[in-house]
Amino acid sequence: MSVLLRAEHAGKAYGPLTALRDVSLTLDQARPSITAVVGESGSGKTTLARILLGLEVPTTGRVLYHDADLRTLGAAARLAFRRDVQAIFQDPYEVYNPFYRVDHVLTTPVRKFRLAKSAAEARVLIETALRAVGLRPEEILGRFPHQLSGGQRQRIMVARALLLRPKLIVADEPVSMVDASLRATILGSLRSLHEELGINIVYITHDLATAYQISHNILVMYRAGVAEAGAVDGIVTRPEHPYTRLLIASIPRVSTERNWVSEAETAVAGSAAAGGCSFMGRCPVAMSECAEAVPPLFRTAADRAVACYHYRTAPELAAADLGTVLTGMHEAGSRAAAG
Amino acid sequence: MSEAVLEVRDLRVSFAHPLGLVRAVDGVSFSLAPGERLGLAGESGCGKSTMALAILRMIRPPGRIDGGSVRLDGVELSVLNEEAMRRLRLAGIALVPQGSMNSLNPVMRIGAQIEDALADHGVSLSRTALAERIADLLETVGLRAGVAASYPHQLSGGMKQRACIAIAICLRPRVIIADEPTSALDVVVQRQVMETLARVQRDLGAAVILVGHDMGLMAQFVDRLGIMYAGRLVEVAPVGQMVTVPRHPYTRALISSLPSLEHRGGLQGIPGLAPLLRDLPSGCAFHPRCSLAGERCRIETPALRPMGGNAVAACHLAEPVA
Ligand SMILES: Nc1ncnc2c1ncn2[C@@H]1O[C@H](COP(=O)(O)OP(=O)(O)OP(=O)(O)O)[C@@H](O)[C@H]1O
Ligand SMILES: [Mg+2]
Repeated sequence: MSVLLRAEHAGKAYGPLTALRDVSLTLDQARPSITAVVGESGSGKTTLARILLGLEVPTTGRVLYHDADLRTLGAAARLAFRRDVQAIFQDPYEVYNPFYRVDHVLTTPVRKFRLAKSAAEARVLIETALRAVGLRPEEILGRFPHQLSGGQRQRIMVARALLLRPKLIVADEPVSMVDASLRATILGSLRSLHEELGINIVYITHDLATAYQISHNILVMYRAGVAEAGAVDGIVTRPEHPYTRLLIASIPRVSTERNWVSEAETAVAGSAAAGGCSFMGRCPVAMSECAEAVPPLFRTAADRAVACYHYRTAPELAAADLGTVLTGMHEAGSRAAAG
Repeated sequence: MSEAVLEVRDLRVSFAHPLGLVRAVDGVSFSLAPGERLGLAGESGCGKSTMALAILRMIRPPGRIDGGSVRLDGVELSVLNEEAMRRLRLAGIALVPQGSMNSLNPVMRIGAQIEDALADHGVSLSRTALAERIADLLETVGLRAGVAASYPHQLSGGMKQRACIAIAICLRPRVIIADEPTSALDVVVQRQVMETLARVQRDLGAAVILVGHDMGLMAQFVDRLGIMYAGRLVEVAPVGQMVTVPRHPYTRALISSLPSLEHRGGLQGIPGLAPLLRDLPSGCAFHPRCSLAGERCRIETPALRPMGGNAVAACHLAEPVA
């Protein structure tokens, strides 16, 4: 069975608040992909990440690891899951024990999963991983976590993921705290991990531009729901959902054209009608029917779907079938197989 | 140049470190015209925040200001006593520090934090006048007056950042230094916050120094841009010129490290590692990472030279543009 992890109708409510609504997603071991989940803070991205990692139990739907519900995994399967599925978080500070040198987060997995036969071999493995993410081992090893910068700590977490060779990495805002150049370097190393080792990556971010650069698929989230999903190329170059358009228009470009400052169209949220499209209050092209019901997904092409009534002439796509528009997966698979 | 609102000359700051002196700001000079928006960009650790703090004489041990001059409206700040300097922060030059939205006092209402800033500078108003002033300030930065009664955790990131701007401008400063004011925010909120900063700045007639590393943000916001590398300015130019004809190879590398939205597959960090400030390479500090570097670059430290237009760059190989 090549399905590694499958979310089926995953949703999460905290009392009256819906943090995530009905997301279905399949991560296939034989066809690894990089899937970006993009949206503003509070849109449900992190909730989705935590549900995939088994850190949060969905209140609707379920997550399956090799066809077994995460909630009822046996001890052996749980251990396998812990190795197969790795997390990289925004600020990894909490991962570090302040009383241990940073070496600890690297030597522990080497020992636990028996990655090296000798101390010397372990050292080589660790140094190679550190260099792969642009760190000087001699500047890093032997230091305590507080003696390193946020960017350095973050890259150590990527190096750690490199050591473990998991099948899936869920990276939640892994580069939002580092500068633009390091961002490119770190994401580049994630991308090579995917290409060289066939690792699935779920890349959670608010940065559509980096998502475009490294992913095959993209899920644009808005207020707990999927606004638009599919192959990254079409969505970034020809966005359909008004929210995706707003996101793209808000990216500051290196150009002499100042289309950015002094516009009113980013006007802050009006109230969305309860039960209607959650973007309606900010939408420049809202129609009366947008207030009536939450828009379903419409499949506007083989490799994309959008939750917006402006596309209602396209066939409706059942939420459970969201994965079928994520065709980047197949391309990714063939590329990885070839390479 | 007497028309400059802020004039920084040969500013130098270092940190004591057991393995050697860290020269975080190493002879930086620039001036700021009234109402001008100047950007300072460079990789993490190149000394941007240290420079911002040094302008306000806020460097704490193990750091020290080793020399240089900072003039605000012609008045030399390095000779002011601590009390005068304290008054000048906020009223003359206001800093929105890096990460400030996360260092708002969590157990104090926003209104009270603005009140504190005002009181700290000897502004004494009646209860009602004070409440009005705070409401005004909040509205100026696009927040409802009711936000005064909120605690930081009740606000979104964008709202907290606006509150920080409100505090910074409460005494109508001549210069606002904003250190990465939007790096933790998503692009839509970033754009809103920067629009607010732009409007506030225009209304006050204040000049702005925007510190950051996102060349896109710089291109959209500032008039003139300085690029810092290893504690020094290596290029300063009007931003339009900087993005169309960058003269320094490092500036070009910074620009190309930004992800494109036009074509895929070109995500390119700057090769090599940022240098250790306590153990800088000889000659041009950028030479180990520069594909063009030659013999001279390894030996001789380049000085800033005119590059045509109003640009200067510190590179032996850069040619002035006609
Ligand atoms: N309190 C301190 N003690 C010792 N060294 C320091 C201290 N503060 C800064 N430094 C050093 O000074 C140099 C410049 O740091 P600074 O914070 O000014 O960089 P920056 O350009 O603002 O970086 P970033 O983009 O990460 O904010 C770095 O090498 C840093 O390690
Ligand atoms: Mg800084």
